[in-house]
Amino acid sequence: MREIVSFAAGLVFGLGLIVSGMADPSKVLGFLDLAGKWDPSLAFVMVGAIGVSLVAFRLAGKRAAPVLGGGFHLPAARQIDSRLVLGSIVFGVGWGLAGFCPGPALVAVGAVQMKAVAFVAAMVAGMLAFEWLERARRPGDE
Amino acid sequence: MDLENFTPWASLFGGVAIGTAAAMLVLLTGRIAGVSGIIGGLFKPVRGDIAWRVLFVAGLFAAPTVYQLLKPFPVPTIEATHAVIALAGLLVGVGTRYGAGCTSGHGVCGLARLSPRSLVATLSFMIAGFATVFAVRHLVH
Repeated sequence: MREIVSFAAGLVFGLGLIVSGMADPSKVLGFLDLAGKWDPSLAFVMVGAIGVSLVAFRLAGKRAAPVLGGGFHLPAARQIDSRLVLGSIVFGVGWGLAGFCPGPALVAVGAVQMKAVAFVAAMVAGMLAFEWLERARRPGDE
Repeated sequence: MDLENFTPWASLFGGVAIGTAAAMLVLLTGRIAGVSGIIGGLFKPVRGDIAWRVLFVAGLFAAPTVYQLLKPFPVPTIEATHAVIALAGLLVGVGTRYGAGCTSGHGVCGLARLSPRSLVATLSFMIAGFATVFAVRHLVH
């Protein structure tokens, strides 16, 4: 059941990305181009997505466990450090270069867009590099 | 402002769908709909923690096909060259793992949880995104 819910959530998430325009890098870049012909549409995506999620996380906070059991796996980290800020800046530069963030890139792979396939391959390489660097930094931690 | 391509209603509605997906995932399974974290977890596999990640990604992959049952899929315009795409993908991969989240994990779920950490992350990648597009479109070209 959890697996079916995960698939359905991924599907609805992906449909939302397509309907909202987030799945189109040229639209994303239009939003990020404040000094050009700015397209504010994606601010509305944030409002819609955060509005619904805000209610959901409030409801989740009142429950002892999720509906399907198990526990809540919510991020525990609270520290605001250079890793968080520099990592996010590096992500933002990549996002601004291509107009893709991870979700929309995966949706575009589903539409067999070859540039999206190349993007996701490079993204996976970046994530593997992170794992490798983390293991090198903390040997024996695993 | 670009009023020709401005789509407030479609974007708001799509955003509501994204929020609904995040709501389903957290209320039913207790998980955060953060795409970079969901993929990243596959590279540090833990038993019993893999199938849901693969299926969430499968759902994303299936979205264009399902969308096409109702309406023609709007083919994305990807302006960047292959070299820029590869560099961008690498930066997004490394950056989202060090920053522990992307547009969905920090920008949607984190902000909805009122997490100060996610607010800092979101401001950081938004400002970097604005600055990068400004540099590419208005300084280099």
